[in-house]
Amino acid sequence: MAKKLLMGNEAIALGAIRAGVRVVTGYPGTPSSEVLETVAKNNSGGQIYVEWSVNEKAALEVAAGAAYSGARALVTMKQVGLNVASDPLMSLNYVGVKGGLVLVVADDPGPISSQTEQDTRRFAGFAKLALFDPSSPEEAYEMAAYAFAHSERYGRPVILRPTTRVCHSCASVEISPEIARRTPPGFEKSSRWTIFPKLVYENHQKIEDELVRARVEFSNMSHNFYTGGNAAGKKGIAAGGVSYAYVRENLKEDECKLLKISTVPFPDALALKFLDGLEEVLVAEELDPVIEDELVRLCGVNGISAKILGKRTGHMPRAGENTPEIVANAVSAFLGNAKTVSPDGAPEPPRLPVRPPVLCAGCPHRASFHAVKEAVKGTPAVFSGDIGCYTLGNAQPLDMVDTCLCMGAGVTVAQGLQRMAPEVLHFAFIGDSTFFHSGITGIVNAVYNQTDIIVAVLDNSTTAMTGSQPHPGTGVTMMGGQSEKISIEKVVRALGVSEVYKADPLDQKAAKEAVRGAAAQKGVRVLLFESPCIALLRGKEKPKYKINPEKCTGCTLCVKKLGCPAVSMESRKAYITPGLCAGCGLCAGVCPAKAILSEGGGQNV
Amino acid sequence: MFNCMIAGVGGQGTVLASKLIAAAAMSRGFNARTAETIGMAQRGGSVVSHVRVGAEIFSPVIPLGGADLLIAFEPAEGVRQLKYLSKGGLMVVCENAVKPASGALGGNTYDAGEMLAYLRASVSNLITANGAELAGENIKTLNVALLGIAAGSGKFPFEAGAFEEALQQMINPRFLEMNIKAFEGGKNRWTIH
Ligand SMILES: Cc1ncc(C[n+]2csc(CCOP(=O)(O)OP(=O)(O)O)c2C)c(N)n1
Repeated sequence: MAKKLLMGNEAIALGAIRAGVRVVTGYPGTPSSEVLETVAKNNSGGQIYVEWSVNEKAALEVAAGAAYSGARALVTMKQVGLNVASDPLMSLNYVGVKGGLVLVVADDPGPISSQTEQDTRRFAGFAKLALFDPSSPEEAYEMAAYAFAHSERYGRPVILRPTTRVCHSCASVEISPEIARRTPPGFEKSSRWTIFPKLVYENHQKIEDELVRARVEFSNMSHNFYTGGNAAGKKGIAAGGVSYAYVRENLKEDECKLLKISTVPFPDALALKFLDGLEEVLVAEELDPVIEDELVRLCGVNGISAKILGKRTGHMPRAGENTPEIVANAVSAFLGNAKTVSPDGAPEPPRLPVRPPVLCAGCPHRASFHAVKEAVKGTPAVFSGDIGCYTLGNAQPLDMVDTCLCMGAGVTVAQGLQRMAPEVLHFAFIGDSTFFHSGITGIVNAVYNQTDIIVAVLDNSTTAMTGSQPHPGTGVTMMGGQSEKISIEKVVRALGVSEVYKADPLDQKAAKEAVRGAAAQKGVRVLLFESPCIALLRGKEKPKYKINPEKCTGCTLCVKKLGCPAVSMESRKAYITPGLCAGCGLCAGVCPAKAILSEGGGQNV
Repeated sequence: MFNCMIAGVGGQGTVLASKLIAAAAMSRGFNARTAETIGMAQRGGSVVSHVRVGAEIFSPVIPLGGADLLIAFEPAEGVRQLKYLSKGGLMVVCENAVKPASGALGGNTYDAGEMLAYLRASVSNLITANGAELAGENIKTLNVALLGIAAGSGKFPFEAGAFEEALQQMINPRFLEMNIKAFEGGKNRWTIH
């Protein structure tokens, strides 16, 4: 059988295709986005229906309908996406499904690109669902098919939960033959699809029984196991996710018992066998102490006296990502074979630059922020932000994002701030994808409750932060077809916003005028800044800009006002790095000496 | 097991370089595992790719001091990740600095020469390369050119031909010729200083 180099997310996608998935929905979010994209890329003949849904709640509900009809459905999102989809998910477990329904929910220990360090394994426990926790792309590939089968056997949705180190790591994955496809039987009307309190009670009973059954079944599942059964010592290690790989790497064959846990609910019988004869267990896992708590429970319930060491006892860090070193040190301290590290006497390295992520050179968001900043200079104003590339507008020198909470919150947080400080200008910045995801309800709230805010929509025609996915404003679908673009302007007008100001932010004069116009009004005003993300301009690049050193006075304004990564100071003159400039011309506009010129022959903008 | 780390700044193409190594290794019968930085840091932050090649590999991440080869696309990132280089390991570093955008606002800048001097003092197997000479105007092929240097050093557990095949497979035909040129240029030009 062939081996293929696959990234964890690709492995999940190919695993789901292999298992005959018919409908794939999702909303982008790092580190989950490549799953759906890979399905779309491998959707030969368009046999699978694939969509980027407007948000995670919609994605899950579309998939639920398909699963009611007996089709296998996959829904993808990042961990915080599950918060948005939690309402349908909680009830869907009670209602159940007919075709297998697998939610891929990617957790992000660190976090590397997220606003929380929540643990989806806890969510599975709370929602009373089965969850599969792969420790590598190979396991993720196998578990995708297993998860569908499990979901169908129990008639419940299940979660496949990779973490960043699985999603974004590549491995040599053995490709298995396709599983025979079935034609979904179609939706059959029945009282089971309509949730009522009586049905909920009955199904709650069933779910509890099923969880007991799954505990038993998971003790025999191939991804839950322990090794080192013949090891002599009284110490054992339990691990899950990528931490298992870190433990394996630091353990000699059969050095001690090693329990690998890949499921919620917990495989009690297997773990009891593992605990037999042990006096101390170290648990290596990321995010919450889930495996640790289950072992403590098992010991308590069964009168076992083993000590369970981990996050609760200070043997493992409570927050952040585990590294091979953290795990190696904990394992060797636990096993009493700590290596003494001799300082290597290397000289102190020179001070290193910090590299916070920044808006790209040529990003239209920089122009929008700059226009607002200049136009309201001197007027007290609060800038509520939201989630997307434009969150990076919080950095110096722009400093235009005063709040950021979760997707869609900028518009509504601004309303609360406004209620407490009506004399101040309140701006809410929101991206186009975020607008469709969860911005619209906030605008309805503001209009109906007569709040004074200015909503600035930063429309760059894409979902940039997560890698340029389409959304309802783009006219592109994942089935390769075109769709009528939904106009943000028409939407806000239909919601009752009459003051709508539109400008291309790269035309700073017009943009500032639009801001001043909006600032002079009352009520809900919408500023529409429309200019495509530079990532969409490949092949349509604009002429670059360069400095005329004769004219440059070295005043540094172009650097200090904009924070563009392409503009820096070299020998007291401004310098534009040719490979980086995207030709937006914003710097030319702020240059008082008119020393910045377009290579295309254009003048100062 | 052979461990290679690639260090750079978001946008320099570290992910492609690591995939090329993994694909080349697999074509020669090895297993491969990589770990990438994908997400927020790709917007100009520090990024690393871990590539591990061997028969049986558990962790996708290289332990500190475990890299046989460190390819740094930028001097300060080379210094930042030096802790991963094994004693006696080989480092290939591009001399040209990518200054942080905030640098010009004060404080947060650095001197590439100082970074390179530090590397010369601390790394016995060091190859430095001038990006402009390597990739010329075509800054996009810098990643492949640096990979060429590393391949030319003979450090990988397979021959450079495996990379040429990987390039054929993975690079968009429109850019293939220019990438092959960059790879060969790197491979033929540089020796250990
Ligand atoms: C509930 C939730 N889902 C998904 C994400 C991941 N995410 C972060 S930013 C973003 C997209 C923002 O797109 P847009 O609003 O168009 O702004 P842009 O990045 O294009 O500037 C997404 C999907 C998230 N943080 N929270």
